[in-house]
Amino acid sequence: MTYVRRAWIVLWKDVLSERRSKATLNGVLFFALLLLFLFAFALGPDRERLAASLPGVLWLGALLAGLVSLGRTFLAEREHGCWEGLLLAPGDKSAIYLGKTAGNLVLMLGVEAVLLALVAVFFNVDLGGALAALVPVLLLGSVGMAAVGTLFAAMTAHVRARELLFPVLLLPTLVPVLLAAVEATAAVLAGEPLGAVGAWLTLLGAADAVYLTVGVLAAEAVLEG
Amino acid sequence: MRRALGILAALALAAGAVLALAVAPREATQGNVQRIMYVHVPAILVAYLAFGVVLGASLAYLLTRRPGADRLARAAAEVGVLFTGINIATGALWGKPTWGTWWTWDARLTSVAVMFVMYLGYLLLRAMIEDRERAARFAAVVGILAAVNIPIVHFSVYWWRTLHQPPSLLRPGPPTLPAVFSTVVLVNLVAFALVAGYFVLRRTRVLALEEELVT
Repeated sequence: MTYVRRAWIVLWKDVLSERRSKATLNGVLFFALLLLFLFAFALGPDRERLAASLPGVLWLGALLAGLVSLGRTFLAEREHGCWEGLLLAPGDKSAIYLGKTAGNLVLMLGVEAVLLALVAVFFNVDLGGALAALVPVLLLGSVGMAAVGTLFAAMTAHVRARELLFPVLLLPTLVPVLLAAVEATAAVLAGEPLGAVGAWLTLLGAADAVYLTVGVLAAEAVLEG
Repeated sequence: MRRALGILAALALAAGAVLALAVAPREATQGNVQRIMYVHVPAILVAYLAFGVVLGASLAYLLTRRPGADRLARAAAEVGVLFTGINIATGALWGKPTWGTWWTWDARLTSVAVMFVMYLGYLLLRAMIEDRERAARFAAVVGILAAVNIPIVHFSVYWWRTLHQPPSLLRPGPPTLPAVFSTVVLVNLVAFALVAGYFVLRRTRVLALEEELVT
């Protein structure tokens, strides 16, 4: 079985079980909606202020919702005793890491799409023109979050205090992703073309490449359990 | 060897303190507050050095799985966090009288703060995993990731501040120093590096003894 196929099977297993159970998706979508409400309460009703904080609100929402869904990456494996089964898969363990990362990415992108629609409604923004330019920003930002999040989720899966340890590891590491994504989103929403945020997209792409490389190289050491 | 290094470090520290407090002239505009720089600058340089050791030792551990490399990584990380903390604290003390604020979200301050919390997370991970071998393995991965993340954090934070506003008056860092200032900084850097080396040696020894006790 080829490397890509093994990663694909892990991804397919996760997507399929998520589609049938919707265990994570429903909860995270509701959580994202609640976050938007809380942000609106914290920022006050002033329309201009809400619109100005939109990029930050969008990405904090994506990050916090991602924190919840990423933290559940290995939940099924842990609770239903499938961890050993997953590791018994032959070949390089990094295929499992990549499959899990891709699964997380799919879920996060789904949540972010809904989040974007909710933001447009509740914060009264016209996303129309910026939507096409937002897609690469969302994609690059989410890849970075998924790459780091999946690695840390595998590490903290066996730790008793994982609810605490996971965010404590993840959030500082993702500061550059958050900064670059927020800045790029702000520029795009302000009507600037994608070329104007080239530096931020390059930074995001470089960060993604670095995180994925570390994840792939470290997968063997991390997935031993 | 350890004792000799300890004595040497203490002597160097004393010499550095005398130079910084008595020999170095009073800076014209900032006054005596400027003397904090003799602690502030060496501290961060030694912290970077320590985090470099964490990276090297983490790589060595993943490749060889020798417990000694793990102990070195852990000891160096603790020392690095300590010196980063000293750097941030002294920076705040210097900033209040000089800039009029303890803290500002300047590029360099922010990136050091992010580095600080990344390595605090590293230490927390070590504290929370009971299984020693597993803790060592995971910590090595985090130690490597944190190190490769430092330049990414640096660039993102730097652009974040500079794309918004030109470098402000609050721009930190040493002004172009006359020779006497930089000499004192250098002496203190050597002293701090010796102290850090001594701490790391002591700490690795304690960690080795702890492991002997447990097994």
